[in-house]
Amino acid sequence: MKAAIVRFPGSNCDEDAFHAVSGVLGHDAVYCWHKDHDLQDADVVVLPGGFSYGDYLRPGAIARFSPIMREVVAFAKAGGPVLAICNGFQIACEAGLLPGALLRNESLRFISAPVHLRVESVGTQFTSGYHVDQVIRVPIAHGDGRYTADADTVERLEGEGHVLFRYVTPRGEVTADANPNGSVRNIAGIVNPAGNVLGMMPHPERAMEPIMGSVDGVPLFTSVFESLLARVGA
Amino acid sequence: MTRFRLSIHIVPRRGILDPQGKAVTDALHSLGFAAVGDVRVGRYLVVETDAESADAARAGARSMCEKLLANPVTEDFEIAAVEQS
Repeated sequence: MKAAIVRFPGSNCDEDAFHAVSGVLGHDAVYCWHKDHDLQDADVVVLPGGFSYGDYLRPGAIARFSPIMREVVAFAKAGGPVLAICNGFQIACEAGLLPGALLRNESLRFISAPVHLRVESVGTQFTSGYHVDQVIRVPIAHGDGRYTADADTVERLEGEGHVLFRYVTPRGEVTADANPNGSVRNIAGIVNPAGNVLGMMPHPERAMEPIMGSVDGVPLFTSVFESLLARVGA
Repeated sequence: MTRFRLSIHIVPRRGILDPQGKAVTDALHSLGFAAVGDVRVGRYLVVETDAESADAARAGARSMCEKLLANPVTEDFEIAAVEQS
């Protein structure tokens, strides 16, 4: 299996994602420069974290017009799995791959800290390696992570099980204190209706080995690869 | 073709929490501007563009806002002025 890690000017979690896929899990990973029109026959696309284009105008607003986004959108429309993390989530929302938007944290502070997430749905190719209501520990590092969408969209996400991760206390309770950025309904990660585009502000690629303080990101990556392997019958 | 200067305002949509606006509101209140109700902090863009007419320049500005300059989910825009430059 091969993952394409898209590099925009200002991406800074590209090497973390590469290491997660290749160094930790032993799959192939390739970097794809944003000006190219080539995903190098990858099976998975990762839109990594960072500050593409310096967050000019709005986070992700310029990156969505990068040349390679045409291929990323086509890949997603064809059902290919896309993992959009942090700035990648912002880009995916701007590109219309996911509903809603990410706004400035309610506290106006950039927050770099481990958070607890509750896995809300395990019926997706990104979460099949977790169990329902499992609480995982993964870091966040963002200034613009407040997930926002209109009321109808939020109801649809909730009703159709498209909210995959929610900010919670270590015991799994959804509280205002556990919400680091003011996201509506403590939403930390969502999936599109087709189930192949995951957007999340927390960084699973930074929770892959004991030395990182958590290995709770591993099942997310293995879920995707195992689902792909099952599909090709390997 | 004529050169126009477009003045474009983009602000967080009413009803969307704007923490920057709230912080500015609180600061104004503490300075004694008690009459201030609500502040929203947005962006002001000045775009120089060539167009056949002022109407065409305005239509172009609207299209720019819809496609890039404003986020349709969270922001409203206003073409505040279209002037020959």
